[in-house]
Amino acid sequence: MEPQLQGQVIRQLFFLIGATSVNSILLRKDLCSCRKGMLSSPHQNTPRHREILCFLVEMAAQPSDTLATLKTESETLKTKLEEERAKLHDVELHQVAEKIEALGQFVMKTRRALKGHGNKVLCLDWCKDKRRIVSSSQDGKVIVWDAFTTNKEHAVTMPCTWVMACAYAPSGCAVACGGLDNKCSVYPLSLDKNENLAAKKKSVAMHTNYLSACCFTNSDMQILTSSGDGTCALWDVESGQMLQSFHGHAADVLCLDLAPSETGNTFVSGGCDKKSCVWDMRTGQCVQSFETHESDINSVRYYPSGDAFASGSDDATCRLYDLRADREVAIYSKESIIFGASSVDFSLSGRLLFGGYNDYTINVWDVLKGTRVSILFGHENRVSTLRVSPDGTAFCSGSWDHTLRIWA
Amino acid sequence: MTVRSDRDHGQRYRPRMSCLKKVEATVVQMQDPSTGVKGANQKLNVTTIPHAITGQDIVAWITKNMNMDNDEAQAFGTMLVAFGYIYPLQDHKKLVLRPDGSLYRFQTPYFWPVQKWKAEDTDYAIYLAKRNIRKKGVLDAYEQEEYNKLHKWMNHKWDFIVMQAKEQYHAGKARQKADRVVFDCKERAYWIVHRPPPQTHSAMDYGLDRHIDPNAEEKKTYDYYRRINIYTQQAIMRSRVKSSVSLGALVKYMTTFKNHDPFLVPCLPSNPWQTDDDSYWELNKPDVEIPTKMRVERWSFSFYELLNDPRGRADFKIFLKKEFSGENLAFWEAAEELKWGTAASMSEKVEHIFKTFLAPGAPRWINIDGRTMGLTVKGLEHPHRYVLDAAQTHIFMLMKKDTFYRYLKSPVYKEIQKKAISPAPHDFSEAQLQQNMRNRRPSINPIITWQKEQEEKAKAAAAAGPVDIKKLMASKLDRK
Repeated sequence: MEPQLQGQVIRQLFFLIGATSVNSILLRKDLCSCRKGMLSSPHQNTPRHREILCFLVEMAAQPSDTLATLKTESETLKTKLEEERAKLHDVELHQVAEKIEALGQFVMKTRRALKGHGNKVLCLDWCKDKRRIVSSSQDGKVIVWDAFTTNKEHAVTMPCTWVMACAYAPSGCAVACGGLDNKCSVYPLSLDKNENLAAKKKSVAMHTNYLSACCFTNSDMQILTSSGDGTCALWDVESGQMLQSFHGHAADVLCLDLAPSETGNTFVSGGCDKKSCVWDMRTGQCVQSFETHESDINSVRYYPSGDAFASGSDDATCRLYDLRADREVAIYSKESIIFGASSVDFSLSGRLLFGGYNDYTINVWDVLKGTRVSILFGHENRVSTLRVSPDGTAFCSGSWDHTLRIWA
Repeated sequence: MTVRSDRDHGQRYRPRMSCLKKVEATVVQMQDPSTGVKGANQKLNVTTIPHAITGQDIVAWITKNMNMDNDEAQAFGTMLVAFGYIYPLQDHKKLVLRPDGSLYRFQTPYFWPVQKWKAEDTDYAIYLAKRNIRKKGVLDAYEQEEYNKLHKWMNHKWDFIVMQAKEQYHAGKARQKADRVVFDCKERAYWIVHRPPPQTHSAMDYGLDRHIDPNAEEKKTYDYYRRINIYTQQAIMRSRVKSSVSLGALVKYMTTFKNHDPFLVPCLPSNPWQTDDDSYWELNKPDVEIPTKMRVERWSFSFYELLNDPRGRADFKIFLKKEFSGENLAFWEAAEELKWGTAASMSEKVEHIFKTFLAPGAPRWINIDGRTMGLTVKGLEHPHRYVLDAAQTHIFMLMKKDTFYRYLKSPVYKEIQKKAISPAPHDFSEAQLQQNMRNRRPSINPIITWQKEQEEKAKAAAAAGPVDIKKLMASKLDRK
């Protein structure tokens, strides 16, 4: 037989063997929930089956793909993606912003200074009642404050140092925190001041490296976490079970934010690989990703409508990404700003972007015009975390100088 | 020769301290003899320190050459001091730039926080030993403590350390007095930055090391490229929107919410953080009887805003009751509860939802098209938390496109618009503000609010559930 024909015969045999084995795998009840194999029924056209079929067909068709051909293919695909993105790019943000009137002068002052942490404040979160805050610090202390009266309501000592993540539950009845212990623990709060909250602690998430950020979803029952091991995960609080895991970052994931949209099924994460990724919570797939920063992304935050997000990075810039147009639309930077942004958040209307920086200052940016409207001083060490209150009346900044400040 | 450890605190991992390159360029400019900061000889104790500069000169130079305000220039100057590029001559432990006549000097480039090598403990031990040799008892308390600690840890090479210290001491003695004083100042400043005294901080502290070294190239295997290619292909096929459309939407959102942003337009009656009066929060409580005009206006912006606000949702429910179409919202709420609920309660919730909303002849049967109904019921055989997604989206779109607009035109909404209050802005005098500050009220604990809400919900659910005729008749018969 001719060698060509031989090759064809082998390929066809390979395809047949592969397809039948996959078919039988699909029919095994313990591996797959579909009841019919893929060759027998035209109805089983789920993406998973299609993927398997495509893979087999490709394998049969191209047995000798070298690394080099794949590399060139990936490069051409990337340029094609950029072309597709550029096709629909017909206007810049500052052109659209020309018609909008400029903002006036801002007078923002420190209205409260919350003192009580003995070491660097690493993270903070607001309660939905608009006046309570939970904050965590390097020495393992997690404190719940009524920021309006500056009273401390609860204090928990974690068994680890560097508590880098803390979150307030939507109901206001619990707080979640974690850090170097690689876990995320949920502490139900109680009305009794003397009760030891550590007794009712519940360990929910388990990662293989430090916990960098955590966030409750729309209820107290689920938590989204991101970790230094490069993954994010969605957990069920009651059982501690992992519901979904998200792989795709090549380095530590430092921050995440849940989308505010009515469908509420996506979240964005940023990592040390300079990438920010948007994930679908249902499937665990990365839906979009952006790689325009030049250094670690320390903080990501959705625009209030959910159609865009901002990120702050060690390269001293904050950038705005439009999700529907699938591109970066603005860069907020200045020659005189040299130190990285550690934390960003939007005001209620999305017109202002607050950024806490490593040079002890807070810069306030006009999101539309791209200019800085104000710079705030007051902290004596780097600003590590910044959040706007749920009703937008004030924002709180936490710093390595052991204090939190409320600005309005 | 010391063996350098692999973990050199993140300096090699990535340009984390790349900001220092820009800073170094600026510092070099500042030292330029013609265009730099003007220095002069200063007398300090008995010796003359050359090239000492004052704080205010530094701030002035930065303001002029870097195009900044005074405040910003001072903040930048503080960064220069905190990183050790400039060191203070007086009060050397506090690394802050004072914009007055305080004296500073430029640090020699040898001692700059360069990215190549870190301040080793061995070097620190040698430095402390040297100071000890020069004059016993000159070390500060914290330095003495460090010295004792290092002595214990490095006992095995203590001879080497003492020998090095002695060498450096003798080498120093050979220099001229002025040079020696200057060098001592520089070395002291270097160690203040890299080993800050207790209760102070230094800018060299950058936090935790990252776990994965992103400079380590991910192995570019076959799998890696396949993954990238599949992802990029999917990304190319994604539907995109024109920039003008999406940016226009962003701008529209901003203009719509402009009046509701407390940073742009002052909230009424007053911002509680500014005046210490919490009436704003009292008037906007989730369960308040009469909402404010701003709040009612916000409900009309989008269906999502209406549902998100508990008072708005309650008002919408009143409207739906009048229209006898409350089952849609009830189904949507139940589906949300399923999505975000605990894994354990899922199967019983699914049962309940099926019996109440989806089964043929169910008491609150929702009207969805046959295909969606078929898909949902089929999925219910093997329920998971997203099984109701298709139906929920359909119902949500129905409510959004039809019921919501009818609600906005309905008498229920018009009535609440009329009843809504518009509080007058507060105008506190200085004395009143002081009094407000003293009388800050604590609020109800959110735990109590939550418990109350749950009780209300349970009562409402019991009232809305299908009436059990048998029980009703039984209770009536009992009475007889």
